Amino acid sequence: MEKVSTVEGRAIPFGRKNVDTDLIIPARWLKTTSREGLGEGAFEAVRTSDPENIFDSEEFAGAPILVAGDNFGCGSSREHAAWALLDLGIRAVIAPSFSDIFAGNAFKNGILTVALPQEQVTRLLEVAATDPITIDLEAQSVTTPFQDRFTFEIDPFRKHCLLEGLDEVGLTLTRDEVISRYEKRLAADKPWLARGTGIAA
Amino acid sequence: MSSKPRTMYEKIFDAHVIEQRDDGTCLIFIDRHLVHEVTSPQAFEALRMKGRTVRHPELTLAVPDHNLPTTARVDAEGNRIPIADKQSRDQLAALERNAPDFGVRYFDATARQQGIVHVVGPEQGFSLPGTTIVCGDSHTACHGGLGAWAFGIGTSEVEHVLATQTLLLRPSKTMEVRVEGELSLGVTAKDLIMHIIGTIGTAGGTGHVIEYRGPVFEKMSIESRLTVCNMSIEGGARGGLIAPDETTFAYIKGRPFAPQGAEWDDAVAYWKTLYSDPDATFDKSVVIDASKVEPSVTWGTSPEDVVAIGDRVPDPESFDDPSKQEAARASLDYMDLTPGMRMQDVEVQNIFIGSCTNSRIEDLRAAAEVLRGRRKHANIKWGIVVPGSGLVKMQAEAEGLDKIFTDAGLEWREPGCSACLGMNPDKVPGGERSASTSNRNFVGRQGPGARTHLVSPAMAAAAAVTGRLTDVRELTREPA
Repeated sequence: MEKVSTVEGRAIPFGRKNVDTDLIIPARWLKTTSREGLGEGAFEAVRTSDPENIFDSEEFAGAPILVAGDNFGCGSSREHAAWALLDLGIRAVIAPSFSDIFAGNAFKNGILTVALPQEQVTRLLEVAATDPITIDLEAQSVTTPFQDRFTFEIDPFRKHCLLEGLDEVGLTLTRDEVISRYEKRLAADKPWLARGTGIAA
Repeated sequence: MSSKPRTMYEKIFDAHVIEQRDDGTCLIFIDRHLVHEVTSPQAFEALRMKGRTVRHPELTLAVPDHNLPTTARVDAEGNRIPIADKQSRDQLAALERNAPDFGVRYFDATARQQGIVHVVGPEQGFSLPGTTIVCGDSHTACHGGLGAWAFGIGTSEVEHVLATQTLLLRPSKTMEVRVEGELSLGVTAKDLIMHIIGTIGTAGGTGHVIEYRGPVFEKMSIESRLTVCNMSIEGGARGGLIAPDETTFAYIKGRPFAPQGAEWDDAVAYWKTLYSDPDATFDKSVVIDASKVEPSVTWGTSPEDVVAIGDRVPDPESFDDPSKQEAARASLDYMDLTPGMRMQDVEVQNIFIGSCTNSRIEDLRAAAEVLRGRRKHANIKWGIVVPGSGLVKMQAEAEGLDKIFTDAGLEWREPGCSACLGMNPDKVPGGERSASTSNRNFVGRQGPGARTHLVSPAMAAAAAVTGRLTDVRELTREPA
């Protein structure tokens, strides 16, 4: 993954609570075998029902931040939701809370998920309407041109991976020795478990 | 080994820690990996590009389900009928190529073992108690019904598991949902889990793994336990489980990938240690009174928008939280419902009986019981029954259930995810309603503009008969 340190620019003040991954990218867009081009289907239900919608407004074209309500990304595990946001140009989402699976998928794609208390998110929704927002990962802060400064928590391992742009699979493959040791023990202690589909030819 | 009392989840977690990093992240061994056509192609492609292999093909099982049409798959001569939609055809072809290329066991679209991953895993004895089970699908929590720690993952994690048979995770918090008392007659596992989600909310279990506890679950069949755990994700929990017991062991014994012979006894002895210690504490605890649970139905566009069938559409003003009021107004607008309307007066045009939540033999029997000797109402334009696997289909046909459905005017289909998710050709037309046994009523979930009411299989069957949302208990008292 590419290194991430700061995300800066206009923020789409979406505000909605319980934004599910079907809303972010409907299932009919999931027939692809690629990770590219999903921005076209992003928030399709919002965009087709309202010609004045915020995602197609000139003002927010290419905005790198999305500000939303509680429980963002709930529902399906589709990583296509993260890919669709990336394709729209979004590099960070700010919300009071995130679904666990979405937060993981976003992280793997270098999208920051910044959880802040509702009153701070409400303030940022207000700022986002007219002005840019800056997220600094190293400092774990969100700032606005109006002296607002909010700090957020992030898992130290995820922060490290994002700042260094680490490939998690590559990282784990370097742990081959300890994994092999675990596997040997498993094969000895629970051979019935280790054989998997090999139990039936 | 820690002597501190532990919950069942903590016991399973501890048994799978390969190593713990200084920052608290753990490298966890994954025992079972289920793969389907939609969330895997990019993962296999990444392996190919980096010259990596699947570390444990024998711990991986692949089957197509999401994208596959549920219409006939072979013609009269037994030849495969190609899928009309090119993208779907290509995605399926990718899995058919990737599975043998990487040495993974694969049930193809015409195999009798083919079906929805979450039906196939338990049915084949691939999903076992005490195991870590993952799949690129959020309803993987389902397998927790067998006492497994099972959870959905994204495609990057699918790639990680394929390449390393591990995941990097932090321990989740623990949550107990304890159900006290007994369910009333005519109230099912689906009604109960919908009631639980209505109580805790769609973010109630975020960051937690749920353990469902209480006599209700001890008495439940495995099919019902799978239904309960399946919808844990609708309560925000990535995983949900129920302690394995004699019912679990009896269900697993003799299945194709289950332990055999002397090893069976070793396995059962281990599985019997998988329970929460009496003094174990949970980070969060919710108590539900089973006697208060009625047949459940959703009115809005979030799975937490649950009421009893005898209730009315709620007034958005009745919610305390202003953001919930706003969400309820938007939901009612999308659903075209007005506050105060009786749920039983809501007419439906489509019936879907199927999905990983409710497509097992017990679900089909419950729907058939209501439909036996009855016909669908004139309101119903489209009604389909989709078995969860080829084996479920064969069993249902052996019991004559297919005939009951077709005599009632419903279609009997081939196994797959079908109308649960608006991806394959089975969709609910925009502006129309469905009574659906699936798990999500999100905006556009069953097709653009489709209006979904989640219900149990018996309730979907009752709605088919009356053409409106109906309390199945009234129908069974007065047969037509």
